[in-house]
Amino acid sequence: MGSLTIDKVKKSFGRVDVLKGIDLAVNDGEFVVFVGPSGCGKSTLLRIIAGLEDSTSGRVLIDGADVTVTPPANRGIAMVFQTYALYPHLTVRSNMSLGLKQIGTPAAEIDRRVTAASTMLSLEPYLERRPAELSGGQRQRVAIGRAVVREPKLFLFDEPLSNLDAALRVNTRLEIAQLHRRLKATMIYVTHDQVEAMTLADKIVVLNAGRIEQVGAPMDLYNKPANEFVAGFIGSPRMNFIDAAKLGEGQAKTIGVRPEHLTVDTGSGAWKGTVVHAEHLGADTNLYVETEKAGLLTVRIFGVYGAEAGSTLYVTPDPQRTYRFDADGKALA
Amino acid sequence: MSRATASLPRTVGAHAALLAYTAIALFPVVVIVINSFKSRNAIFRTPLSPPTSETFDLIGYTMVLNQGDFFLYFQNSLIVTVASLFLVLLFGAMAAFALSEYRFRGNTLMGLYLALGIMIPIRLGTVAILQLMVASGLVNTLTALVLVYTAQGLPLAVFILSEFMKQVSDDLKNAGRIDGLSEYRIFFRLVLPLVRPSMATVAVFTMIPIWNDLWFPLILAPSEATKTITLGAQLFIGQYVTNWNAVLAALSLAILPVLVLYLIFSRQLIRGITSGAVK
Ligand SMILES: Nc1ncnc2c1ncn2[C@@H]1O[C@H](COP(=O)(O)OP(=O)(O)OP(=O)(O)O)[C@@H](O)[C@H]1O
Ligand SMILES: [Mg+2]
Repeated sequence: MGSLTIDKVKKSFGRVDVLKGIDLAVNDGEFVVFVGPSGCGKSTLLRIIAGLEDSTSGRVLIDGADVTVTPPANRGIAMVFQTYALYPHLTVRSNMSLGLKQIGTPAAEIDRRVTAASTMLSLEPYLERRPAELSGGQRQRVAIGRAVVREPKLFLFDEPLSNLDAALRVNTRLEIAQLHRRLKATMIYVTHDQVEAMTLADKIVVLNAGRIEQVGAPMDLYNKPANEFVAGFIGSPRMNFIDAAKLGEGQAKTIGVRPEHLTVDTGSGAWKGTVVHAEHLGADTNLYVETEKAGLLTVRIFGVYGAEAGSTLYVTPDPQRTYRFDADGKALA
Repeated sequence: MSRATASLPRTVGAHAALLAYTAIALFPVVVIVINSFKSRNAIFRTPLSPPTSETFDLIGYTMVLNQGDFFLYFQNSLIVTVASLFLVLLFGAMAAFALSEYRFRGNTLMGLYLALGIMIPIRLGTVAILQLMVASGLVNTLTALVLVYTAQGLPLAVFILSEFMKQVSDDLKNAGRIDGLSEYRIFFRLVLPLVRPSMATVAVFTMIPIWNDLWFPLILAPSEATKTITLGAQLFIGQYVTNWNAVLAALSLAILPVLVLYLIFSRQLIRGITSGAVK
């Protein structure tokens, strides 16, 4: 239980086409992450899956059943929102149990599920408090708890961590990963954040301008990006793109090299250049090098590297790990 | 007040302006109230001085209270105001919710149409309203007044409330939908409590013109049984002699209920602001 099929879903707001035909299959128990630039339609797609928005055309199937016209409450889903969206006038306990009460679950069963969920999320001390009396991290855990008690076929998360500070984000990310492992439920997760996408996902769906660019396991996307957009979007710092003509490459239009696949040397190398700026992060160092032949490149060096702006360096790409893209941005074998 | 922005001259200036405004706004009310406690001669001789032991006189109040119908007028005013207020807030909020929450054909047009009433005074339609009320047999009933005042209050209520309702988090409403709440429960349980401060504002704006109105009671419900307090107080204003003691006492008494209602709403207003929505 918990598979999802999206079949040729399109969505327009007035004359604006936001989703231009999405096909996707999610298997039972999978953790799928939607990533893409702002405004590409991630939230819209998630809301269509939830039934909060009608698609212009196409179908949504949950567990093989067509739910395109089923109201959200009857789809067997639960959703966690970016703004938590807790009911301000209800206690944590009532927030979690409202949905179950609505469908007439026996009180003993509600109690059992709320207790289980609040133990799992360490929320017991706060059960009688109202949302206004909780911190941001606690509120988000309540929102997750509210989803968990419904025991849904499908969990939907819309940027659940983006309102939390960096430390809490890491903790809550871990909690969500553990939750997935424990519940073995199907989860769909929308995020801007690469690290969240790479660390949580079984499968990443890269969206751009209302289309799916590529679907695959995190490492597949990193190692074998289908096109220039995915190559640039996955990986941080961003991949360097070099005009192939400058390097005298035949059939490719653009050459891509990830910053971590470039090495530097003070004596000799492929491309001579000048350091424009250096970022020292401790664990690694990012150098921005203006090369004569390949333009401005970002180089990521592991560990500390003492380079100053203005110094001269030679940059060499790892020949095994360069990517070639044609004029349409598609990756060449 | 934050220390960083408060300089002494500015604070003094601001307070002086506000105090001056308060004095101007309160002056007529104060004059009415102090004179209502004075004898007739004193009202004319020294209208601005507070009642002294010689000039103190409750004759106005005894006259008003002994006039048996006065309580009826009072009751009429209260019924009309509270009923209209309730209907304006209920329908105004519902229309505002529909306009701000649902995308349907003609949404913007409908919003503009509903807001049109803000610019066109309802009194322009008095003749037609009177014909309508005569035709439906509602002349000299409180229902007629309630209907007219509801129509009068709705445009502003819809306009203000829809602006506020647009600000209520979509996520919260969607969370309710996923939990299986009906649209009515989402409206009454989730949205209304969050727009309570704006409801209070609308209530105050709506209530005062209704309570003070003389026009429609005079035209639609001038019968003895349906007179409102403002109309009833006219009783003491004669063509040749005006019973100033009674008029002033009646007006002073008429201030009380609006004051009480206002205090109730402003409490709500403050509570609404301080409780805050969850984000
Ligand atoms: N109710 C609406 N009416 C009109 N346009 C809308 C509406 N909701 C969303 N859009 C448009 O649809 C596009 C996709 O919006 P969506 O919220 O799905 O983006 P997103 O990928 O979630 O972006 P973000 O990462 O910023 O949350 C945007 O260009 C947005 O302007
Ligand atoms: Mg979004």
